[in-house]
Amino acid sequence: MSAAPIELPRWADIALVPLISVAASLLVAGLVVIGIGENPLLATTLLLKGALGSVEGLSFTLYYATNFIFTGLAVAVAFHAGLFNIGGEGQASVAGIVLTFACLGLAPLPGFLLVPLAILAAAAGGALYAFVPGWLQATRGSHVVITTIMFNFIAANLSVYLLVEVMRKPGSMQPESAEFARHAILTPMHILLAPLGLKLPDTPLNSAFLLALAALFAVWLLIYRSRLGYEIRTVGANPRAAAYAGISPAQITMIAMAISGALAGGLAVNEVMGVQHRLTLDFTAGYGFVGIAVALMGRGHPAGVGLAALLFGVLYQGGTELSFDQPKITRDMVVVIGGVIILFAGALEGLFRRFTAAGLALARKG
Amino acid sequence: MSDAPAPAIELVAISKSFGPVQANKDVSLSVAAGSIHGIVGENGAGKSTLMSILYGFYEADSGEIRVGGKPVSIRSSADAIAAGIGMVHQHFMLVEPLSVVENVVLGAEGGARLKAGISQARTELARLAQDYGLVIDPDAIVGELSVGLQQRVEILKALYRGAEILILDEPTAVLTPPEADQLFALLRALKAQGKTVILITHKLREIMDATDTVSVMRRGEMIAHVRTAETSPAALAEAMVGRRVLLRVEKAPRQRGRPVLEVAGLSVRDERGVERLSEASLTLHEGEIVGIAGVAGNGQSELLEVLAGLMQPSRGVIRLGGAILNAGDRTPSRLRRLGLMHIPEDRQRMGLVTAFPAAENTILGYHRDPSFGRGPLLSPSRIVAHALAGIEAYDVRPADPTLKTAKFSGGNQQKLVLAREIERAPKVLLVGQPTRGVDIGAIEFIHRRLIALRDAGVAILLVSVELDEVMALSDRILAMCGGRITGERQAETADEKDIGLLMAGVGEAA
Amino acid sequence: MEWVQTIAVILDSAIRLSVPLLCAAMAGLWSERAGVVDIGLEGKMLIAAFASAVVAFSTGSAWAGLGAGILASVLLALVHGFAAITWRGNQIVSGVAINMLAAGLTVILGNAWYGQGGRTPPLEGAARFPDLTLPLAATLRDVPVLGRLYEEAISGHAAPAYLAFLAVLVTAYVLKHTRFGLRLRAVGENPAAVDTAGISVAWLRYGAVIICGALCGLGGTYLAVSQSAGFLPHMIAGKGFIALAAVIFANWRPWPVLGACLLFGVFDAVAIRLQGVIVPGLGQVPVQAIQALPYVLTVILLAGFIGKAVPPRASGLPYVKER
Repeated sequence: MSAAPIELPRWADIALVPLISVAASLLVAGLVVIGIGENPLLATTLLLKGALGSVEGLSFTLYYATNFIFTGLAVAVAFHAGLFNIGGEGQASVAGIVLTFACLGLAPLPGFLLVPLAILAAAAGGALYAFVPGWLQATRGSHVVITTIMFNFIAANLSVYLLVEVMRKPGSMQPESAEFARHAILTPMHILLAPLGLKLPDTPLNSAFLLALAALFAVWLLIYRSRLGYEIRTVGANPRAAAYAGISPAQITMIAMAISGALAGGLAVNEVMGVQHRLTLDFTAGYGFVGIAVALMGRGHPAGVGLAALLFGVLYQGGTELSFDQPKITRDMVVVIGGVIILFAGALEGLFRRFTAAGLALARKG
Repeated sequence: MSDAPAPAIELVAISKSFGPVQANKDVSLSVAAGSIHGIVGENGAGKSTLMSILYGFYEADSGEIRVGGKPVSIRSSADAIAAGIGMVHQHFMLVEPLSVVENVVLGAEGGARLKAGISQARTELARLAQDYGLVIDPDAIVGELSVGLQQRVEILKALYRGAEILILDEPTAVLTPPEADQLFALLRALKAQGKTVILITHKLREIMDATDTVSVMRRGEMIAHVRTAETSPAALAEAMVGRRVLLRVEKAPRQRGRPVLEVAGLSVRDERGVERLSEASLTLHEGEIVGIAGVAGNGQSELLEVLAGLMQPSRGVIRLGGAILNAGDRTPSRLRRLGLMHIPEDRQRMGLVTAFPAAENTILGYHRDPSFGRGPLLSPSRIVAHALAGIEAYDVRPADPTLKTAKFSGGNQQKLVLAREIERAPKVLLVGQPTRGVDIGAIEFIHRRLIALRDAGVAILLVSVELDEVMALSDRILAMCGGRITGERQAETADEKDIGLLMAGVGEAA
Repeated sequence: MEWVQTIAVILDSAIRLSVPLLCAAMAGLWSERAGVVDIGLEGKMLIAAFASAVVAFSTGSAWAGLGAGILASVLLALVHGFAAITWRGNQIVSGVAINMLAAGLTVILGNAWYGQGGRTPPLEGAARFPDLTLPLAATLRDVPVLGRLYEEAISGHAAPAYLAFLAVLVTAYVLKHTRFGLRLRAVGENPAAVDTAGISVAWLRYGAVIICGALCGLGGTYLAVSQSAGFLPHMIAGKGFIALAAVIFANWRPWPVLGACLLFGVFDAVAIRLQGVIVPGLGQVPVQAIQALPYVLTVILLAGFIGKAVPPRASGLPYVKER
């Protein structure tokens, strides 16, 4: 086996390899479905119908996709700088805490001030919590991967402590904060679009979705159109060339981590401010980890991240609907698919590139 | 059957290609048992590839290896060890946190449990210490030993495995002079015991001091086999460099202007604290090319990097345009703004981000320039326009600024770097290996550009391992050896042999 | 002698809590000393916990459960090895994938087979490992202090717990005194040195990865078939990562790993005991602060603020033959 990278045409690199690894992942999921004695074709039909077959289903799909856009972008930005941020969960948790303090503490402010301030607070909380591992790697040499893993657990313990001991709503037994005031939440989509004459069902989809779309555009602008993004990509692709170009890899490491953490904070904005309207325990629910799959599948490009987030939104929503009809297929199937996609599109990328190259060679001959 | 003993090792018509590059072309070699044989050649001459074939790292495309007169098949390191070949790599193959004796037995433990093997190795180490004066504490941790002692462990490893033929790849590259002397004494002792030694080096003095016979490699081929006693450093230097197609670059007499870059007593240490550049002093004037001649690894790279702000000096002063550069000035971006541009020696690892489209590489280091965008944003159309201008002016092919840089040939990649640095109107231009891996047509083009730049009044410092290139382009030539500048010659009157001696450190004392 | 009893009880509970950590940490140590970074310890323990509970339930034999747990975990370890060694994939990415795969798969299969939200049916009798009473426990109980500690804390654990402690002994011995151990230590530091010595880097690393899988299997089985009476979704709850912290904390050395795991076990036991207790002078100690301690200490250690954690030099790097 040669160590030489397998050269592929650009279109195959961008589209074909991810598509093949996703298809293979879905195939594996199909085998699992067969393994538990269900019909994968029926399951697929039900899943797609549940996710895309109604306005309500579609709204739920987009609500889930919002979470994946934020966590996927967070991982992608760090990837561009050559960093692996596994700390999305922790960063979102801290963002949620800061956000809750802002929403409750700044309640006297009017909504048009409070909402942007709270969103900024969430971004700042996530950014700070990611900056620290970046800073430790840049100045003390401790690896971002391990530090962010540890930070996830520290954040989880902090959340429990705060929700049980400090922020718990008086008189409640649930580890939850008090509910936010009505002007301190993000507008649900069905209310937002009502003035336009659109009648949407009442779903968790809220204006954070628009924020996520804006984030997709902003990250694209940052990475591919800005001087800072140029520096981030240079450090990620060739740190020695970066030093030659007068770019400090240490500085970029810290900046990229902070941006990554701020994006992970978007998860808190959607879940806490847009849906729950209070801080709950474990609102991050593994979205941070699925973000890794989203980023790998989307090859770090915001357009790819958007599509991958949509796919996972479909899987989440469709999976939920599916589990009503076929209780044996729970939504955990999405976690399996996420894991297999990470394995195929990430760790086994070399294998799938080899498959693709062999397939292309065969197609050219035949 | 002849009476002459079979050579210890014989290579017959070995060839090896890596894609389009032929690293070894029909190479034959015969080394007599109980002798010390040197192999010299410039970087990239194919010495290391040949030795990797001998040690089972690569398999030759064709050819035969004979040990003690018998053909052997060497397809892995294990085969080489079994054939009695031991190798001391340039980068030691040691496990630093392990002890000396553990390193020695690794792969030759003599059983599933270590105890017996280790105690046997202790006895053997004691014997080797006595036979060759290879004294070393078997329980010392290898990572805590000096480089010279680490090398001793490498040699012990080979001897412990019963090596009869010992290959040393650039063994003195990391050694201090006294350590090198000890090494050569050891090699003589090994020879006295009947071992065969192959010494790969580019230091001619070592060849003259230590070897019985010597082979010269150039561009993948064996050029000469001679007895050391019957040759001279000058003759070897000439054979190494070769009488290539003589480079003649038409150039007008220089119009030397004011001094722009003055360097005094500049020294640099690497991260291990070894001095790589010692007390270098030079002056660069407007409108001249000063060439540094030297075999790779003699401090030229460090000189370039310290001047470009990529390494910090341990001593010495640098003046640019008369003003002393303080620490704050010695950063790549500040130096660029002061008019000091740098074409690095290794374009793929430093000069370019090969994963980027060509256009993006034409702004590397200048990406903060306001003309490439507005505010914090870059303008792709302006970058592409800029890239296209450079591509046209430097005849880069294919003329496609959106193509990934890795897909351009070496010469076209180098033109991209050249276009980027030269078009910024430098006052001082540092140039490293401008034509390494570049095709003939592009070489001429690059040379003409550099001359034109010099005629326009730019001060150019040229580092190249191609002596021809240095001789053809320079107005003055400085030779470097062992981190020191060993001499200066005017180009018109310079003699290739004379420079070769300076490069070998044989000429005048530094 | 009230305090002896208290200490004995805390120690007993600390040992119970540290056994799964110990298995996973030894597993991580094997893998990382060979140069394969493994953040998928969690996933492997999870799949082992599930497989062992399923098989123990269906066969009624705890030992059959252990076999199944080890098998499932080794299979998952081989997936990691295939990606990391054969295809030189990113080892972190592969570890994340394995954790997710195990988290999803166990719940789906458990739910499909038993319909109890992913839980397996409760294990009874021979399907669980009984607590073993060590020899002389009853005889020595009247020896002051030590006798009580022996009876309460050292004796009275299940077989896998003793196997876990045995694993430390065996690991320490094999690493230090055997050919395999020497080669393994070497391959994690400088695979090129191993390769040039004529030894296969890939086979060595696969060997380490398989041992890693087996030890994770032991840990997962202990949780499901000994400590609990069956599998619960996500029952590993981060223990695989605390184990990772313990390995770092102990600088990748077997006996210090034992120390770190026991220490983290004590933290956990104390945290449980202090739940809701008002400590005089301190007030109520936040349990979460104690539980976060392993992670905080690891971050501080890694950053070199106290001591310095030095991982095997080649860990995380796929071996590519060069030159």
